Amino acid sequence: MTVAVRVIPCLDVDAGRVVKGVNFTDLRDAGDPVEMARLYDAEGADELVFLDITASSANRATTYDVVRRTAEQVFIPLTVGGGVRTADDIDRLLRAGADKVGINTAAVARPELVRECAERFGSQCVVLSVDARRTARRTAAAGVPQDLSDRRSSGPRFEVTTHGGRRGTGIDAVAWAARAAELGAGEILLNSMDADGTRDGYDLEMIEAVRAAVSVPVIASGGAGALPDFGPAVAAGADAVLAASVFHFGHLRIGDVKAALADRGLLVR
Amino acid sequence: MSRPRVVVLDYGSGNLRSAERALARVGADVTVTADLAAAADADGLVVPGVGAYAACMAGIGAVGAAPMIIGRVAAGRPVLGICVGMQVLYELGDEHGVRTPGIGVLPGEVRRLAAPILPHMGWNTVTPPAGSALFAGVGADTRFYFVHSYAAKPEPGDTIAEHGEPFAAAVERGSLWATQFHPEKSGDAGAQLLDNWLRSLG
Repeated sequence: MTVAVRVIPCLDVDAGRVVKGVNFTDLRDAGDPVEMARLYDAEGADELVFLDITASSANRATTYDVVRRTAEQVFIPLTVGGGVRTADDIDRLLRAGADKVGINTAAVARPELVRECAERFGSQCVVLSVDARRTARRTAAAGVPQDLSDRRSSGPRFEVTTHGGRRGTGIDAVAWAARAAELGAGEILLNSMDADGTRDGYDLEMIEAVRAAVSVPVIASGGAGALPDFGPAVAAGADAVLAASVFHFGHLRIGDVKAALADRGLLVR
Repeated sequence: MSRPRVVVLDYGSGNLRSAERALARVGADVTVTADLAAAADADGLVVPGVGAYAACMAGIGAVGAAPMIIGRVAAGRPVLGICVGMQVLYELGDEHGVRTPGIGVLPGEVRRLAAPILPHMGWNTVTPPAGSALFAGVGADTRFYFVHSYAAKPEPGDTIAEHGEPFAAAVERGSLWATQFHPEKSGDAGAQLLDNWLRSLG
């Protein structure tokens, strides 16, 4: 393979403003997603992800405006996720200038949405976003005799969650990723809710498990904290590595992450 | 010198805003429209396209654009196909066993790539032929943004990329140019390509 590992910063956007990240003294307005997008583009980001966390539907119009202004100024691929419920939501985002759209809770509630969107817009723009966490089964798998493990030992090792990780679904995240790929998702954005925010590194076992189950690209998300964290995620099977706070707070720069990947012999742009 | 007039053909396929803006950025006077007279008359015509081959051909059919595109190519008037907008210029697309006739201004078929991971998604290198006008000024090892699962076999003189197997990453046949990747999403490298195309419009 000659395609480069993608390094992707993710911006949390609330009512048109970046939620985290105020550490950029060289920006006029670090709260403006468009300014942040331009900065990351200039720093060599391979794609951008906007996660719309706007709670009020009344404020969602601002999201379309942000997407529109970003697409006018930034010429790398843009994925937008968060709060996407219907195929018409996707249509509006694509028309505003998004290249890909992440769907999560709505697809869990109704998996056929993945197929409908893939048929209408093409698999290339349907990203299945999976928020997954480890379950108690891992304790059993780690050596506790089967008869002593709890009843959940037969359940999934990684469970799909919704509503920002607050709600468990009992759904096996690996099986769900495979199903969504069959339904037409062109990419899996795999976010570890356990690792998210810890800066302890990606959940490599989760990446390996999903990589083994799907043949579409996998974006690793959650846990990036230091330069040595990125290479192992790729070794585990990720095609792209996503991070949010380490970039926004200036702990890591895109170029440094790419240099660290290149030092491991991985291809970067 | 007046700016070259470019039409981006709007037949209902995907994100056209990026193509419009990327062309405007390098100096084109861009119109996004399904109006066939405007498309026929433009200095350059961009045929975009994302999604399924059959869906794109249906969209092109719905606006009746195929004869206009064939006419432009026959008259030696510049056409630039992008992604599935390149694929539909071939004679046939074969997706999931669905064989869809294309516009047929390029010989050959578009088939699924033999690669372990599809779509081919991300930034890849390309190998243009010597003397390529499309890639003039583009350094070796420059990467462009691809997102596709299907492609045409490269013919001699085509720009080649590889994902599982070699495929046609770009073609330059007279006034008919096309890229399997997205120049409008390929940052400064893509801008260079679009600028090269605009300059070729004369």
